[in-house]
Amino acid sequence: MKVLVPIKRVIDYNVKVRVKADGTGVETANVKMSMNPFDEIAVEEAVRLKEAGVATEVVVVSCGVAACQETLRTALAIGADRALLVETDAELQPLAVAKLLKAIVAKEGPQIALLGKQAIDDDANQTGQMLAALLGWPQATFASKVKIADGKAEVTREVDGGLETVATKLPVVITVDLRLNEPRYVTLPNIMKAKKKPLETLKPDALGVDVAPRLATLKVAEPPKRKGGVKVPDAAALVDKLRNEAKVI
Amino acid sequence: MSEYAAPVRDMQFVLRELAALDEIAALPGFGDATPDVVEQILDESARFCAEVLAPLNRPGDVEGSTWRDGEVTTPKGFKDAYRQFTEGGWNALQFPAEHGGQGLPKLVAAPVMEMWKAANLSFSLCPLLTGGAIEALLLRGSDAQKRAYLPKMIAGVWTGTMNLTEPQAGSDLAQVKTRAVPAGDHYRIFGQKIFITYGEHDLAENIVHLVLARTPGAPAGVKGISLFVVPKFLPRADGTPGERNDLRCVSIEHKLGIHASPTAVMAYGDKDGAIGHLVGEENRGLEYMFIMMNAARFAVGMEGVALCERAYQKALAYAKERLQSREIGASGSQPAPIIRHPDVRRMLMSMKAQAEATRALAYVAAAHHDRAHHHPDEAARARSQALLDLLIPVVKGWSTETAIEVTSTGIQVHGGMGFIEETGAAQYLRDARITTIYEGTTGIQANDLIGRKVAREGGATAKAVLAEVERTAGALRDAGAANLGVIGARLAAGRKAAAECVDWIVANAGADPKAVHAGAVPFLKLCGIVLGGWQMGRAALAAQARLARGEGDAAFLQAKIATARFFADHPLAHATALRDVVVEGAPGVLALSDEQF
Repeated sequence: MKVLVPIKRVIDYNVKVRVKADGTGVETANVKMSMNPFDEIAVEEAVRLKEAGVATEVVVVSCGVAACQETLRTALAIGADRALLVETDAELQPLAVAKLLKAIVAKEGPQIALLGKQAIDDDANQTGQMLAALLGWPQATFASKVKIADGKAEVTREVDGGLETVATKLPVVITVDLRLNEPRYVTLPNIMKAKKKPLETLKPDALGVDVAPRLATLKVAEPPKRKGGVKVPDAAALVDKLRNEAKVI
Repeated sequence: MSEYAAPVRDMQFVLRELAALDEIAALPGFGDATPDVVEQILDESARFCAEVLAPLNRPGDVEGSTWRDGEVTTPKGFKDAYRQFTEGGWNALQFPAEHGGQGLPKLVAAPVMEMWKAANLSFSLCPLLTGGAIEALLLRGSDAQKRAYLPKMIAGVWTGTMNLTEPQAGSDLAQVKTRAVPAGDHYRIFGQKIFITYGEHDLAENIVHLVLARTPGAPAGVKGISLFVVPKFLPRADGTPGERNDLRCVSIEHKLGIHASPTAVMAYGDKDGAIGHLVGEENRGLEYMFIMMNAARFAVGMEGVALCERAYQKALAYAKERLQSREIGASGSQPAPIIRHPDVRRMLMSMKAQAEATRALAYVAAAHHDRAHHHPDEAARARSQALLDLLIPVVKGWSTETAIEVTSTGIQVHGGMGFIEETGAAQYLRDARITTIYEGTTGIQANDLIGRKVAREGGATAKAVLAEVERTAGALRDAGAANLGVIGARLAAGRKAAAECVDWIVANAGADPKAVHAGAVPFLKLCGIVLGGWQMGRAALAAQARLARGEGDAAFLQAKIATARFFADHPLAHATALRDVVVEGAPGVLALSDEQF
């Protein structure tokens, strides 16, 4: 059984993100990039499925610029078997990525598509769900536990009220949450081996997918700076401010 | 945020701009060290060090290793960290692939090892000593010895030690008394060794001791010392650890620093004698040790770099959050973060600049090591070997002396809190204090520098290096940028000071050796700041060029130039005074009779 793990290259979680001066987006030049942390958890889970003998092959795929190869190499170093890069300099929105992934699924024929629940850059939380809809597959999102047996997936989901366990048939789209696992430390021999694992590059055109954006970004702005606090003389003044200034009571 | 974040960006800058990683990666056998792989290695190593090794540094210092009935227990967490370290394959980084290593260049190993040392110096000493023992067996071990020990030691499943020192034989190994008595195909070892780093511990299933000892009738002095491999458990035919050898850890030392690293007193042959096998030929043990000494001294120099960095990071974090006193010239009465105060900034800059300068010089030396061993052209190999030989005592002596200054400054930035152990700044100074002593004191390094590396060859290599320094100074002056011009002028003055010392040492080493030796350590320090200043000058030129091309992170590159300027105006400004100390300072050193002290 093959597992497909789509991964995204994002600004490293340690970087303090800055908005570009012209408000068209965030600054990415000379900024450290790394694998979306949720995707790292998905790769780890897929590799564990392989190590447990459940999966036979782990294929990772990324959509984006040529530098995504580095991110794919990291996934190969964690233990994925081979990588695909759908290379494009175009802006990719979740729907476009989901369509590209649908085409990759058709090409590769995995039984499980295992994704991070969202990417930490745009926090869209859409790609997995859209992919499931496009494929007509069941979906199990926000997984904190995944069990694959007898042609079925049993997934524990983190929902507002607590945990919910669902069972689905395969093939399935699963998106993973933070508590699913703790990704391993990549070993030095595996970094060296990753360099020699196959990495294939495709173009969106070759997959017959139109990736043109369907949404227009109007403006990107920093969150407003927090104003300093003030001292109020008494409770009445506080109530007055809450009622008339903050308008919360 | 972690207590220690490896300075990967500066490491990458030095690797690429100053140490010519692309050139090293093009040498035969280093094809795997491509920029993307090196980047990934540094990133993964940084993560491991920040998350696994660094958090154990302070608890390890507090708990220390403990001895009971001959057994040593390392602090809580060390065993698991060591298991993760070896499972991650990190121990095998720089060793040859034919014995299970990764065969990466020394230049790539240097930043990775800096991270281990900065994250947790006590922990890093175990792989350091194993590495020394591996080098010895690689150099002179028999095929059988290599087969029995190297794969296990390179994987880190077994660790190694170096047993040189005895109570009466410290810097002077001519006085080694441990005996090796022939017994068939092996020897029986009898004697006591002290200061044996990781001589006993609970991290690995076997410990392979390399022991200096004398065979019966061996010549007196250093020409009668042989090297033996003496494992804690004798390997069985299937390679697993077998019978316990006749050796034991009698006690471990109570030390000023590196508390987590057990420093053992070892007794060999309390019963019938510990079984040991000769490494190489009889009576050549010290010679083998000296071949390895360069590697060990380089590694201790890297400890200096690492401690500078760690102390700087801690002091910087504190200076940004500690609020005390109004900023000079500011209105209102609000206390400012102390980083705003000029003297605190001066201290932070001196820490940052010296961390970067010691790092740059050490990595450049590592690149020469790779060239000296792997360059296809014999003349190029010889040139790099001569440069490396000159640089090793400087990297060792200067980086570690600088680390003592920088870690002490780190305490000063913390004020009274720095004197309190819970703060953690004091540990770096206590840990740094051994680095100027072991693997040859600063005095020994300086004697090596003036004697074997300068005077013996009439200063040829030193003069060749200083000619390159002069070229860099010229390029800085011609660059047409104010900062670079100042750096160039300081560097030219430093070069002149060093060149005058070289001439004086060459002229007087024969006629007045005591006077020359009296100035040895000041000369080593002068070499450090001039060669470190040279690297900072090269860094400023590289940063300027990248800025002109619109490449890279402008804030980082501008800071690099400003840091080079600071280095030129502060440490490097002392060069001319040090020249006077070297050339004119001997009479004061040698004037008194012993009784007059």
